[in-house]
Amino acid sequence: MIQAFDQIFVLAKHWLLGFVPAIAQPLCSAILSVIPVLIAFPLLFAITTWLERKGLGRIQNRYGPNRAGPYGLFQPIADAIKSLTKEDIIPVTADRMVHFLAPLLLASAAFLAYAVLPIGRNMVIVNLDAGVLFFFAVGSVVELSVFMAGWSSRSKYSLLGAMRAIAQMISYEVPLVLASVVVIMQAGSLSTVSIVNKQAGYTGIWPHWFVFTPWGLVGFVLFMIAATAESNRSPFDLPEGESEIIAGYYIEYSGFKFALFFLGEYLGMFATSGMAITLFLGGWSAPLSFLTWIPSYIWFFAKLVTLICGFIWIRGTLPRLRMDQLMNLAWQFILPMALINMLVAGIWHFMPSGVLRWLVCAAVAAAPCILLSFGLKKKKKFQVRTYRFAD
Amino acid sequence: MLGNGILKGLTETARNFFGSYVGKERLTTVQYPEERLPQIEAARSFPFLVYDGADWQQGMRCVGCQICEKECPPKCIFIEKSKDKKPDAVGKQQFYPAVFNIDISVCMSCQICVEVCPFEAIKMDVDYNLSSDDRFGGLLFDKHRLAKSNEYYNTIHPTEAGAVDARLAEDRAKAEAKAKAAADAKAAAPGAPGTPSLGAPASTAPAQSTDGEPK
Amino acid sequence: MTVTFLILAVLTVAGTAAAMGMRNAVHCVLALTVGFAGVAALYLQLGAQFVGLTQIMVYVGAVAILAVFAIMMTHNPAPTQPAAFSANWVAGTIVAAVVFVVLAWAIRSSTASAQPLPPEPAISVQDIGDALMHRFVLQLEIMGLLLTAALIGAVVIAMDRREEMK
Repeated sequence: MIQAFDQIFVLAKHWLLGFVPAIAQPLCSAILSVIPVLIAFPLLFAITTWLERKGLGRIQNRYGPNRAGPYGLFQPIADAIKSLTKEDIIPVTADRMVHFLAPLLLASAAFLAYAVLPIGRNMVIVNLDAGVLFFFAVGSVVELSVFMAGWSSRSKYSLLGAMRAIAQMISYEVPLVLASVVVIMQAGSLSTVSIVNKQAGYTGIWPHWFVFTPWGLVGFVLFMIAATAESNRSPFDLPEGESEIIAGYYIEYSGFKFALFFLGEYLGMFATSGMAITLFLGGWSAPLSFLTWIPSYIWFFAKLVTLICGFIWIRGTLPRLRMDQLMNLAWQFILPMALINMLVAGIWHFMPSGVLRWLVCAAVAAAPCILLSFGLKKKKKFQVRTYRFAD
Repeated sequence: MLGNGILKGLTETARNFFGSYVGKERLTTVQYPEERLPQIEAARSFPFLVYDGADWQQGMRCVGCQICEKECPPKCIFIEKSKDKKPDAVGKQQFYPAVFNIDISVCMSCQICVEVCPFEAIKMDVDYNLSSDDRFGGLLFDKHRLAKSNEYYNTIHPTEAGAVDARLAEDRAKAEAKAKAAADAKAAAPGAPGTPSLGAPASTAPAQSTDGEPK
Repeated sequence: MTVTFLILAVLTVAGTAAAMGMRNAVHCVLALTVGFAGVAALYLQLGAQFVGLTQIMVYVGAVAILAVFAIMMTHNPAPTQPAAFSANWVAGTIVAAVVFVVLAWAIRSSTASAQPLPPEPAISVQDIGDALMHRFVLQLEIMGLLLTAALIGAVVIAMDRREEMK
């Protein structure tokens, strides 16, 4: 019975495939696998916009939107109607083809990334042998669409915003990939399904998630920081919140194209959160061994919503980083920590299991972190103030 | 400790988030336009003309002296004096304004007209819901629109209105006393009886003769 | 010669041809990116997952970005390219035809293509890693040295101006 609930979508798909003639079955199987993702994640996008506005509002001592429905729940529908009915303004000197293609490319690349995320037991769209690599390859297409958006608008602000955005995304892509290399080292495979299967066991009641190891914890933190920067979210949203009214590379977009950019950005955020869950937080497995009766996809979405709330919390707390602070953080702190994390994972792999392994790995991970953070802080020398006229 | 600042910030925002559901001090928004925050007493938006009693035309304190028109910096007041006179609060015959217009799109709420008025006739209102879709006619307030009762003035600026009423009552008492003294002198001295209009206090003055005794 | 191969080949050739023929420099780079994506799809169609995905990550994600950055830095708003057909297109076509004939004859007459193709071995990423670390470790280290030299060179070039300004 529990098994049936857990596999309900898989069983439904097989039942529906029974109605289709054998020739069309591969095609229909692909379509049936893709449709739930196409429905679930935009729905999650709508819920996230509502959650974000209400959450940020409460953090800032105000109500969020509360007029559009009970507790403002119809606000996403109102936003959708607004963005669909707005006039689509294209600058006269803009490059029309590229201007049109940029949001499309962003949204398509963002949707492609969900193909390798295992949302539940046996519920992955395609089990690629190099799934993690596919995910990062698709993520690097996003930068191209950012450039297209910024360039085609033929506006100084959008070009500048696009350059900054690409620089930021490239700099944080390296730590993102390196932080996930640790997991690949330990799991021994690039396939997302096998990574999750490795984390689905329990010792006593505690799960085998990778985040409960020293290298996993450090890797998870680094991955989340890099993921925040990859999706241009606060505190790394300099490219899009620049001066607040000048929206960076989105300036010349209005109406539905702007909504597509928004959708693409949020979907990218969900995809990287989903990858973090797959790599570090055990994918669809339950946190305690006696909770496995709750279906696996419920756990995946619960973890996803928790990570989204974490994103919103960080957004409401931290001020925006300046461009040079951002780049310094990426190249001088996150990248060395990611490399040292790989060393820690290597030590973990070759030491026999026990308390000593924990202590050694934690020390090897913590020492450079502390040294780097204190070493990189710029010592402020306060000048002695001299006044020319007042004394 | 490393990361101290971020953790302190996160705890503060979490406290804000959960505290906003529990207490009122972490959720200071009011649901305008259903609830409104109370305005302080010294709030002001645009001027209005005070009238005593029930009849806004008879009881209007303004005598059309045009001092406020001359003192107004952006010159937003337009007054046309009347040709005839009517009795004022102390009974003296005064002019009254036949036309009194204030253009509130020009008025800058500087309150100079209130400060220079010798008759406590023009005071500052607190109403801010004055938007109109007619830029010229809708924002030009005429005498009828500007006239509001003394009771209304007491509700929006209680202490100020109380002081004004006290002062006016004192003036009225003094005028009454002077009139009575003049009437007594007249009655004592052999001669024609005094003009009837001086003896009677104004019909619209509220009975506050003993309240305004000087301390 | 399956249908997928034909479609992908047409896409790749069209992309690269457009990259040569377009007026606007940015359009050229974007068309070249389509060509890169076509090559990656060809790799994937041949079953080389690792190479195909790495092709996307490196070429589309890094080389194309490099090209567009170069264009952005040397921004030339007016499309200066004349028509793609130059004056001596006859000579060009003859040279291209000769090269094609020579290459085709060489491939045809080589021993590799005469034999029937062996079944392709399933190379996993683990095999590639093993080969890199065991058989080709010297080449790997030399490449690492080269990349480090390039990185340091880039940093030196970028830093030089700041020192001059100081």
